[in-house]
Amino acid sequence: MANDAEHIVKSYEIELNRLRGLIADMGGMVEHQVADACDAVVNRNTEAATQAVAQDPKVDEAEREIEQFVIRLLALRQPVAGDLRQIVSSLKITSDLERIGDYAANVAKRSVVLQQFTLPYTLTGLGHMSRLVQENLKRVIDAAGVGDADEALEVWRADEPIDQIYNALFRELITYMMEDPRNITPCTHLLFIAKNLERIGDHATNIAETVYYAVTGQPLLGARPKGDTSAYAVVRPGQD
Amino acid sequence: MSTTNDSAVRANIGAMEAKSSEALNAQRIAIKNVDFYYGTNKALKGINLNLPDRQVTGMIGPSGCGKSTLLRVLNRMYDLYPGQRAEGEVMMDGENILSPDVDLNQLRSRIGMVFQKPTPFPMSIYDNIAFGVKLHEKLSKSAMDERVEWSLTRAALWGEVKDRLQASAMGMSGGQQQRLCIARTIATRPEVILFDEPTSALDPISTLKIEELIDELKHDFTIAIVTHNMQQAARCADQVAFFYLGELVEVGTATQMFTAPREKRTQEYITGRFG
Repeated sequence: MANDAEHIVKSYEIELNRLRGLIADMGGMVEHQVADACDAVVNRNTEAATQAVAQDPKVDEAEREIEQFVIRLLALRQPVAGDLRQIVSSLKITSDLERIGDYAANVAKRSVVLQQFTLPYTLTGLGHMSRLVQENLKRVIDAAGVGDADEALEVWRADEPIDQIYNALFRELITYMMEDPRNITPCTHLLFIAKNLERIGDHATNIAETVYYAVTGQPLLGARPKGDTSAYAVVRPGQD
Repeated sequence: MSTTNDSAVRANIGAMEAKSSEALNAQRIAIKNVDFYYGTNKALKGINLNLPDRQVTGMIGPSGCGKSTLLRVLNRMYDLYPGQRAEGEVMMDGENILSPDVDLNQLRSRIGMVFQKPTPFPMSIYDNIAFGVKLHEKLSKSAMDERVEWSLTRAALWGEVKDRLQASAMGMSGGQQQRLCIARTIATRPEVILFDEPTSALDPISTLKIEELIDELKHDFTIAIVTHNMQQAARCADQVAFFYLGELVEVGTATQMFTAPREKRTQEYITGRFG
């Protein structure tokens, strides 16, 4: 339940708004970092890769700041109900955002290695996946900012197509590696990149769950729509 | 490529998810459609509330919301004042305690009450306890000694006063006096204890001692506590009821009320947005 009315204690209201602002700022930083990392891979943009990596310590710093702020709010305000859910959710969201930042930095580092290889195939699939991941991330950060449970639910449902592209990429990359051992190094990096993007999608889904709970007070029940089946995938030479 | 369906994995995870629903016991008192009037002023409007057996019900709400009035209904305290009347039913053991046939002295020994300010009688600690018991029971000296010790022990006061039982109760600290009042209340072995802001006049440590005591007492007694201190309701109560303008707005487990209240007015009140 979102709070329409303002808190009687103004300084508390200001602090709750500040917390919202801090999460939005960190969300924006991470969004940018992921965009740079994707640009670095798909468009072979070294400058973007450097930026994505350089951004990581700032994201970590933002996480620490939010953590400290949340601990202070818990200690001094003893929040309950919607305030409690917002404050605890901020702690969870900041931790998901920090992980997303780590994955983005890792993607960016691998993109630099990939520059040394001439790839005999296009990165269309990866480009498509990166667009979906970025879109979900943006939507969920916006949903967190305004406390939109319906939008959070939409993002929660929208992770499955990302998993499916990842499954396809997984098989495709293994096939390239089987075709020519010289593909093994770039394809392994691409595999990790795809996996990192898939994980970013999962963390966006976590944030969606958190936002939904923070706003409605109800946990999102039921199995989350998951489509990553690569853990069970077997691809053998001579077989489909 | 072969894939394994992960529905089995999901089922396992589902089974592991903790079910956090706290159970409330069966009702000890059932308040049904209770209205209350101070003269022509309707102070309670159609209250329906169950007090679960041997659990604590916390009643919260802004001043004038009717929570203390409801407490006064439960032991017919309002009968002392002309012009005040209750309508509806309050059922305990199959009996409507609002019925004119109810013996009020007996009722008040079954439903004890502790007030906001400690109200010790100007007599010895021992006599403060024995006084009420004598009204209801004829006990031998040794049986009375035993009852006094039992009551003071249950009220976590025995250790502090056992060597000065004949000293005046007026010389005790506020926190001790309030525990003495609790001892006095439980000395008649009631089934239900009503607390009307029992710690609002006490320091934080005395408050915690009373809260610890309430936690102990609920093993044997059904408890209702009116409090202005939201954290106290959260700490003490199993069930919390929120009143506003004479209506019961929402009732639920303490966890539900303080993490995810259903009603907007509850949310706004407990988070400090109105009231």
